[in-house]
Order: sequence, then structure tokens, then C-alpha cells
Amino acid sequence: MSIFVDENTRVVYQGLTGTAGRYYGLLNRDYGTQVVAGTHPRKAGSDVDGIPVFATVGDAVAATGVDASCIFVPAPGVPAAVAEAAEGGVRFIVVITEGVPMHDEARTFARLQRHHPEVRLLGPNCPGVISPGRCNIGITAGHIARPGGPVGIVSRSGTLTYQALHELAEKGIGCTTCVGIGGDPVPGTNFIDCLAAFEEDPETEAVMLIGEIGGSAEEEAAEFIAEHLSKPVVAYIAGMTAPAGKKMGHAGAIVSGGRGTAAAKVEALSAAGVRVGSNPTAAGEIMAEVVASL
Amino acid sequence: MDLLEHQGKEFFASYGLPTSPGEVAFDPGEAVAAAERIGYPVVVKAQVHAGGRGKAGGIKPASDVGEVRRSAEAILGLDIGGHIVRRLWIEKAADIAEEYYAGFTLDRSARRHLGMLSAQGGVDIEEVAATAPEAIARIHIDPTEGLAAEACRRWVADAGLNPAVSDQAVDLLSLLYRAYVEGDADLVEINPLIVTGEGLLHVLDAKVTLDGNASFRHPGYAAYDETVERDEREQDAHARGLQYVGLDGTVGVIANGAGLAMATVDIVDEAGGVPANFLDIGGGANADVMSAALEVVDGDPAVRSIFINIFGGITKGEEVARGIIEALSRVDIASPIVLRLDGTNAAEGREMLRPYLSDSLRLAPDMVQAARMAVTAAASAGTDDSVAAASAGTDDSVAAAEAGEGRP
Repeated sequence: MSIFVDENTRVVYQGLTGTAGRYYGLLNRDYGTQVVAGTHPRKAGSDVDGIPVFATVGDAVAATGVDASCIFVPAPGVPAAVAEAAEGGVRFIVVITEGVPMHDEARTFARLQRHHPEVRLLGPNCPGVISPGRCNIGITAGHIARPGGPVGIVSRSGTLTYQALHELAEKGIGCTTCVGIGGDPVPGTNFIDCLAAFEEDPETEAVMLIGEIGGSAEEEAAEFIAEHLSKPVVAYIAGMTAPAGKKMGHAGAIVSGGRGTAAAKVEALSAAGVRVGSNPTAAGEIMAEVVASL
Repeated sequence: MDLLEHQGKEFFASYGLPTSPGEVAFDPGEAVAAAERIGYPVVVKAQVHAGGRGKAGGIKPASDVGEVRRSAEAILGLDIGGHIVRRLWIEKAADIAEEYYAGFTLDRSARRHLGMLSAQGGVDIEEVAATAPEAIARIHIDPTEGLAAEACRRWVADAGLNPAVSDQAVDLLSLLYRAYVEGDADLVEINPLIVTGEGLLHVLDAKVTLDGNASFRHPGYAAYDETVERDEREQDAHARGLQYVGLDGTVGVIANGAGLAMATVDIVDEAGGVPANFLDIGGGANADVMSAALEVVDGDPAVRSIFINIFGGITKGEEVARGIIEALSRVDIASPIVLRLDGTNAAEGREMLRPYLSDSLRLAPDMVQAARMAVTAAASAGTDDSVAAASAGTDDSVAAAEAGEGRP
């Protein structure tokens, strides 16, 4: 099994006719993903390398039975594209687009929660999700990932997601699903959503968590792990030696209350029983030990 | 994008918030002329992107020409938190009866907006937050609903403000929330929000961080970006469109992707070196971006070696190798380079690089060994004073975490 997607997931690309949408859409199809539709308001009836283009997601759902969407439209169009996908009837929406304003993200997430609580949003500004050998939605180079499990990966950083897949593949360890949640202020799917899904997934036996400094998502993940996860978790937090930045205002400090530094995150995760590697390679080595002892 | 105080006040005033009349001045003569127009008493305030201005002597009251001139002379050129004061804001002095705190920002954990309001505003608000968190009334706001009047009224009551200003506070907070949302701010903060001798709520300081991602719908943002201070290296990198943060060490870092760049900085530190910078060249690694990155890093006089850390995902190893080879043919790089190349078609890329390898371009088998090689190269390359000074190190703080929260 896998989380969020599998070999039966049928995907519509919003932005398939654009440069990036076409490039990654076709790469994802070559990987084996069921990329069965694209959308463009004025190009209905055309196709992209054989993939039919519809005017709206609703039309694509009616004609092809897609249940997931991958969004590559420019940032200003993202809120409308997500709304169209949710109203059109897909259950899983991946937004690759970066540069979406924070207030648009906050409104989009709140609207989904209110009007489409059954819809899962991943992103914006994320590399997507890959279940090696089954489905790849987004911009991950599929062949760096080794299929089969037993490790599930969740990561806040794009390139470190690839690094994690690479470290595991080098050691002959497969991955059930790798979710890049992105580092934007309002991620549609967060660490806890993924940890809960991995806990439920019988094929996933251990979880690799890649975090970074800022915010308190890793600390909250640590609390969740302590209470709800029976499976071992290995982590790496990027930014251990990040310098002091320019500080503006007090609100951030009041909200975080001292959380957010790499040290605070490592401490919280360690207290929750998570083994934390000092760099991505070290985390991979720890995971190899964990997998060997399963 | 952080605004200076006077920019923040102009931003607030454009949404109808009550601010004091004032003018910008760049020298004592301008400061005096401004004060004469505004009318005494005035306050002379340093305009820098840093907190703690009052404690650093950057804010002085003045009641006549001589005082304005002396204050302006004293403040201009001051170093406040590493920022040299070059700009002043001359403002009509206010009569302060009470000091409150008000702010809105995103609560990332709740994925909703958070309003914070306290009757104990002023310079020590963070201490209040740490020692008496109940003194800060908080309200979570659903972005689809906004700040409803009734909820705002309860919030004001919770904060324990002087009941005489409750109605004013509800109105002011509604305007502040509007500025936060419609202005696409990541943060709006008024500290202190004062009650004047006449019993009026008034904005005495302004902290505003705007979301650069929203600049497509705010043409006015461009003017703010011009006043953002960057050091010379950062200015150069910014002009070339690179994500660069200057650090204090000797090992230059170039990586593709922000997370990998951060991990590279970590791993250099772990190997016993001190990174000179953080530089993310983004997903690809073509010759243009690579030569620009190499020039920026090599242009830093403290740099003694350069660690290029590339993980090819969609970008193939051959393309990365071609980019590096062409970049090196275009620019003359003084420091020895250590390259780590992994990912898609890494073997092919490494093979292409083989004829170009020398003492000044070496290939490492993995990330950890690359860091060790780069650190050793930096240590053996330079032993002069600048290296010792550059090794002073960096410190972690809450501010680092906040920096991490900002978007690239």
C-alpha cells in the first residue's frame, strides 16, 4: 500500500498546456502515472501528446473519472485553480506552483476546510508525492526512488526530499510513499497528516522526517509521534548552524515562545524517541540500522 | 520585505489608522527644516531595519532647533544592531498616557490568522509574553470570515484595555486587520499603541513585513524593496537573482535547493569549517547561473575554498557538468573548488568532468567527504588575519528561526 496515491490514481493536470505543466506531466506519464487529462479554459478539445484537454476540471472528471489534480498554473491563478478542482470533484490536489501569497494560501486552506473537508491539498510550493513504481505526481525524478518500502518519507524541503530518497536507495532501502509537503506558511498537508497516514499504512514500517528551522511544525510532529506513532521515526533538521537573522517585530517570538530553532526541534524530536541524524547521510545510516532491526 | 517605521506608518495611514505627522530627513539641516514645518516638540527617530532603537540611543525628543540639530547629529551614523543610521524620521511628539500592544500575523500551527492585544505594551512586550502570557489576549481568525465586530469586542475586553477606549480599539483593530489582509502583510504590529492625554488611540511605532510573493498585485512594493539593506555581497547576488546570505567563514557554499544549501552549511560546520555563505542556485545548474554563483562566492575576500553541492533530480548530471565546465571557462576563480555531484546520471557527469580535474577543481565521492576536502583546502589556503577574524563563528537564536520562517 501507499498513502494518498497508488497505481489507480487518475490525474488531471491544470496547466498541462504550459511549459512546466507539459514537461512534468509527460515525465509523470512516462513514469507510469495515469495522467489522463489536462485543462485549459480556451483549449478544450485539443490534446497534449495524446492527453485530452478539457475546459474545466469538472468536465475532466465527467469524461475521464480523474480523482486527483496536479496544479502548475502561475501563482496568481492558484486559489481559483484549487477551488475549481475541489468543486469539480477531485479528492486530492497537488499544487507545485511556488510564490503563492500567504493570504491566498490561508484563504484557500480555510475554504477547503469549510466547503470541501473531504479534499486533501498538498502544497503549494512542494515537489509533490511519489509512491515508487506506482504513481508520481509532481517534479520528483522518479528513478532516484526505490520501490517497495518499508520506509515512508515526509519532507518540508524539496531537494532534501531527493537527497533522502537517494540515501535510502543507495543502501538498498525502498520507499512506500515520499511526500514533499513544501515549506510555505500554510501547507495544505502537514507533517502530522502524513505521520497519521503512515501509521495507518501496513506497508510502511518506519518513517523518515526531514524538517528545517523556522515555525514549530517539527515540535508539533514530535508531540504527535510521542502519542500516536508505533513505528520508528528517523529525522534530519536542516539549518543546525543557520546564523541569527535580522529580527523584525515581536509577534514571531511571542507566537513561537522559543520554539523554531534547530536545537529546539532536535530536542523535541529526541524526547519523543526519534533518532535524529546530524546530516542527511547520517540520517540515512540510522535508517539503515532501523530497517535492519525491523 | 520589512518596512522602515515611517514606511509602515504611511502604509497604516493609507488604511485610515491614526499616525503622527512627520517627515524623512537625511542630514541635520533637513531634520531642522522638517521640525520647523511640523512644529515643536518633535521626536527624532532612526530609521533602520532593527529593533531596540530606543535603547541604542536612536530615538530622541527635541523641543527646539538646537535640540533637533544635536539629536540628528548624534543619531546619524549610529550603529544599531549592525545597521548604520542614514535616514531619520522627524515626527510630532505625542502625549502618552498609556502604552498597549497590537499585532496580527499567521499562526502556522493553526493555519489561521492570530491577533494579539495587550494592555502592557512598550519595549518589554517579549518579556511580558514569556513571564505573563495571560497578559496578551489572543484571537484566532478564520480567513474566510475575517475579524467580526462581536469577536473583536470580546477580544478587546479580554485584553483589559482602558474601557474608555474600547469602541476606538474595536474600530482601530478592524482597520489594522484590513491593512494586514488587503495589504498582503505577513506581519503588522503596533508597539506601542498609545492612549494620548486626550484619550485617543494613536499609532506610535509600526512594524510591517510585506509578502514579496504578493508584489504582483501591489505595484507600490517596488519602492519599499529599494530601501532594504543588504551587504555588498548580498547586493551583488540579489542583482544576479541568486538566493544568497552572507556568513562569516572561509568555505564558500553553492548548492541547488534551499534545503540542500542549508544542509551543506551544516555539514561544513560539522567537518570543522566555517561557511562563508548560503547560496541556493535553484533547481537547474546551467552555465549562466553557475558562473554568476561562482563569481559572487569567489568575490568574497574571506573565501578560501568553494564547495559546490549538486544533487541532480530532473536536471541530469551531464547538464550540471556542462554548466560547470562552461562557467569555469568564462570566469577566473581564485579559490580551489570541491564538487559533489550526485543524482540523475551522476556517473556520466563525473566522467565529463574528469579531464578538467586538478588541484583547483576536485571531485568528491559524497557530501560528507566533499565537506572535509573543502574545509581542509580552506584551512591550508589562508592563515592571514582575515581568516582568524572570519572564524569568529555564528550564533543561533530565536531570530534565526524567524529568519527561517521567511520565504526566499
